Amino acid sequence: MSTPVLSIRGLTKRFGGLTAVNKVDLDIEAGEVVALLGDNGAGKSTLIKCVSGVHLAEEGDILFEGRPARYATPIEARSEGIETIYQDLALAQNLDVAANIFLGREIKRRYLGGLVNTLDDRTMLEAAKTSLEALDIHFPSLTQPIESLSGGQRQAVAIARAIYWNARLMIMDEPTNNLGVPEQHKVIELIGKLKSQGVPVVLITHTLPDVFAIADRIVVMHRGRKVTEKRTVDTNASELVQYMVGALNDFPVT
Amino acid sequence: MSRLWAWGFLGLMIAFFVIAVPLVGGINFISIRNSQNILVAITPVLLLGLGQTFVIISAGIDLSVGWVMSLASVFAAHAIRSTFNAGVPLPFAAITGFFAAVAVATLVGFVNGVIIAKLKVPAFIVTLGTSFIVRGLGLLFSENTTVIGLPPGIRDYGNESLFYWVGGDNGGFYFLQKPPLSGDALRQLDRILPWPVVITAIVVAIAIFILKRTQFGRHTYAIGGNMQAALRTGIPVDWHIIKLYMLSAATAGIAGFLSTLRFTAGSAVIGDPLLLSSIAAVIIGGVSLFGGAGSIVGTVIGSLIIAVLTTGLVMLNVPAFWQFIVVGVVVIVAVLIDQSRDIIIGRSRFGRGQ
Repeated sequence: MSTPVLSIRGLTKRFGGLTAVNKVDLDIEAGEVVALLGDNGAGKSTLIKCVSGVHLAEEGDILFEGRPARYATPIEARSEGIETIYQDLALAQNLDVAANIFLGREIKRRYLGGLVNTLDDRTMLEAAKTSLEALDIHFPSLTQPIESLSGGQRQAVAIARAIYWNARLMIMDEPTNNLGVPEQHKVIELIGKLKSQGVPVVLITHTLPDVFAIADRIVVMHRGRKVTEKRTVDTNASELVQYMVGALNDFPVT
Repeated sequence: MSRLWAWGFLGLMIAFFVIAVPLVGGINFISIRNSQNILVAITPVLLLGLGQTFVIISAGIDLSVGWVMSLASVFAAHAIRSTFNAGVPLPFAAITGFFAAVAVATLVGFVNGVIIAKLKVPAFIVTLGTSFIVRGLGLLFSENTTVIGLPPGIRDYGNESLFYWVGGDNGGFYFLQKPPLSGDALRQLDRILPWPVVITAIVVAIAIFILKRTQFGRHTYAIGGNMQAALRTGIPVDWHIIKLYMLSAATAGIAGFLSTLRFTAGSAVIGDPLLLSSIAAVIIGGVSLFGGAGSIVGTVIGSLIIAVLTTGLVMLNVPAFWQFIVVGVVVIVAVLIDQSRDIIIGRSRFGRGQ
């Protein structure tokens, strides 16, 4: 296979005496969906935060597209193309879809040699429409505050924003939490679209049906360590649960 | 078209006073003279409210603007007096006064903003504290008295107007130039759009532009709507908050400058009673104290509602203390109407963002 998009080697992150992530290796290839499973406190969120620039790992290497990836802030990680979609989505509920997609990176019109800049809402709206259509997302109105949208639609806005800004690795933290069943299906569909466009997705989740619906590979963590890594077709729910509770371990510490 | 009900309420109120005031023997409520008086009366409240609108949309609050206005008034008076006495021509002395007022105010705003944004002290506490400090400074710089001895020409800047209308047989309409009149004819003279109103209107237009059409305005809504989202999308939130408090103080500085022109004196206590009126105007105008929603036009309507109400009650010969009671009731009712409407049509606390 070609160079993985993301390559993690021997990553360790400690908080005081607690080793939250312990010597984890992980590769993510282009266009694949990798589910990261584990009980609460297994270290999956911490692992992902080391990638997205929230935490700095003490030991180990992270390579993104072949380059060392040690980001001081999430903003730096994002500008390199690693986008994290959090449970609370980081959207401003009082602004409309286009304003959210362009939040912090608004397109402006310059007047008087840049002395006066106005928002170019028309261009932003058109660009928002285009990027939403590329993901086959349709909203009744793009000019209403997004608080009027459903949870799944807001997920879609967050994903569209990431895609518009050229995300080349998408990390999604429990994206189907707090969503109704039809909404969950919509989000799974969206992840499929990302995959078909070649964008790899790391999916942190508790929800096993989601995993079997969309993931190509599954990585299970337990107490900071990776305990297994399997192709989805090679495993089943009851086996995964045993890995999650620590009953099984493919990489026992010697 | 924001806040339809507020427009409706304002219209109803004016209609009420137009009918009721003549019934108690008063004059026409919407005469030129009375309408211009109302406009002049709202300028300081509105100016304080403009900056406050930005701050409250960002989910902050600025309790210092009243005393900042007073301090700016004192500084403007000192600057105008000393430059004029040093031989600077009157217009330039007035401009110096403007910059002195805005500069000292903005400095206070900067201090507010830095303590709020960088040291993470709640805005309520910071601006409460600075309001005391600024109050003390104002009294200190004015030596606990009114700063007088300003050039008499300053009075015209604060009281003359863009247009004049003279009623009666030899009357007419004048632009910029005040007609030479005396006696009865002078009493027929009405000033239309006095300079403080013109300047305030310009500031209102700039404020609408900034809030609706610029990145600064968009980020103000974003910070008020979801601070975490603003941070994560890379908006320089701390610096933005500092700028917001500088902006709020700057509009208070303009209000202080205009009051110095209007009264030909600097006063260290002029702005204090206006603080709560200005916040009331912002609230009546539909700005959410939780942040994220509101508009400049709303604040303009809110200011108008307060001014029409107080002027109208005076003209109905209602004792002054009733004004406070009525304004208080209107503030609470305005918020109640807003909330219950949101409940009725099932919206959450954000209105239409913009």
